[in-house]
Amino acid sequence: MTRIKFGEQFFEAENNETVLNTLLRNNMQVPYGCKTGVCQCCLMRSLDNAPPEKSQVGLKDTQQKQNYFLACLCESEDDMTVALLNNETSWLDAEVIEKTDLSTNVILLKIKAKEPLAFIAGQFVNLRRNDGVIRSYSIANSPNSEHELAFHIRILPNGKFSRWVADELTIGMPLSFSHAQGDCHYVAGQNEQPLLLIGTGTGLAPLYGILLDALSTHNHQGEIHLFHGSRDASGLYLEEKLIALTQKYSNFHYTACLSGEVHDKKYTPGRANDIALQNFPNTTGWRVYLCGQPEMVLHSKRAAYLQGASLKEIYADAFLS
Amino acid sequence: MTGITTNATLFEQLGGAAAVDAAVDIFYRKVLADERIDRFFEGVDMEKQAAKQKAFLTMAFGGPNNYNGQDMRNAHAKLVKIGLDDSHFDAVVENLAATLTELGVSEELIKQVAAIAETTRADVLGK
Repeated sequence: MTRIKFGEQFFEAENNETVLNTLLRNNMQVPYGCKTGVCQCCLMRSLDNAPPEKSQVGLKDTQQKQNYFLACLCESEDDMTVALLNNETSWLDAEVIEKTDLSTNVILLKIKAKEPLAFIAGQFVNLRRNDGVIRSYSIANSPNSEHELAFHIRILPNGKFSRWVADELTIGMPLSFSHAQGDCHYVAGQNEQPLLLIGTGTGLAPLYGILLDALSTHNHQGEIHLFHGSRDASGLYLEEKLIALTQKYSNFHYTACLSGEVHDKKYTPGRANDIALQNFPNTTGWRVYLCGQPEMVLHSKRAAYLQGASLKEIYADAFLS
Repeated sequence: MTGITTNATLFEQLGGAAAVDAAVDIFYRKVLADERIDRFFEGVDMEKQAAKQKAFLTMAFGGPNNYNGQDMRNAHAKLVKIGLDDSHFDAVVENLAATLTELGVSEELIKQVAAIAETTRADVLGK
């Protein structure tokens, strides 16, 4: 039996139980979000034994060396003394300035930060409700002088956070958020490189931010192909805006893909990733962005690589629901 | 021929760390696309796997490494259980040679790289 020491208390971890679950089961206050190692909300530090390697995935080398770990991934075989970090200052304040329906189940939420903020389009932040419920969302705009952040919030039927956004959050209400994280973003310096953007559902959010960044901020000259996939046409929630962009920028191309029944010729039947990678069988020299369902991301990453793209030039953001 | 060239280590002659970077992308792609061995790579995390391939290539290129035979055995033990054998090891070495040929490396140097790779065979196959 493994013992976890937290503060002055000891807790017994059950078999295969994560440190986070042990602490939560004992009613300890620990911040957490995705519970899958992505949002890094539950970052903790071991004060004695080194944490298991898999609980340090995605942390910086310097953090790994100091025995930082993600409590939600940490099934320890050794006793550990663990502590939370002093990260009270890591939350930033913002105010809701817009809430618009993009489709029947996707809301555009815009917030305005109280102070200037640094982020790169395509990164994500954690949004926090004042009772501590935290969720990660991709930023769907590029940086602007108004310190605004836009998100595409998909309303899940039993979503604790998303239902609250839909039903209770109103303009003017405060909302706190974390510093932007993630490396799925536009990289300046290769202006002529062709870009392949593939997204399903609200995986379109980071891609839209990246697209705006590439087209308007960086004046990207290479071809940009965006494939957005949904089951039915109602999920193609940015269709009009994207078509308008194709008219404004001749190097931008948009393909709307429907995996369900297709009645309209303007939509391509099939899965967005399959169609994209069939259309471009040779991805050598391309930069590829994949955002959406984890399975699609994993599958497409492999395909894009085998078809020629360099691993370093494949950027992925798997969405968890 | 100058003294510098003849005295250069294998790693330097191949082009050092930059050569490893160039090779790893091509090499790992060949390995994943090779039907003889692709089943051993199903469901792996590609970034992590590529990092391991890079460490392996650095070592095979005669570069700085901290090769640990026991780690190699542990890492491949599960695969040996599901049938990893000499034929698969040969296939990997073949992909390595093909990668270097593609990058314009001479036959002589390829032989040297293959010989270093060969020294890992017993550990990889748990012999």
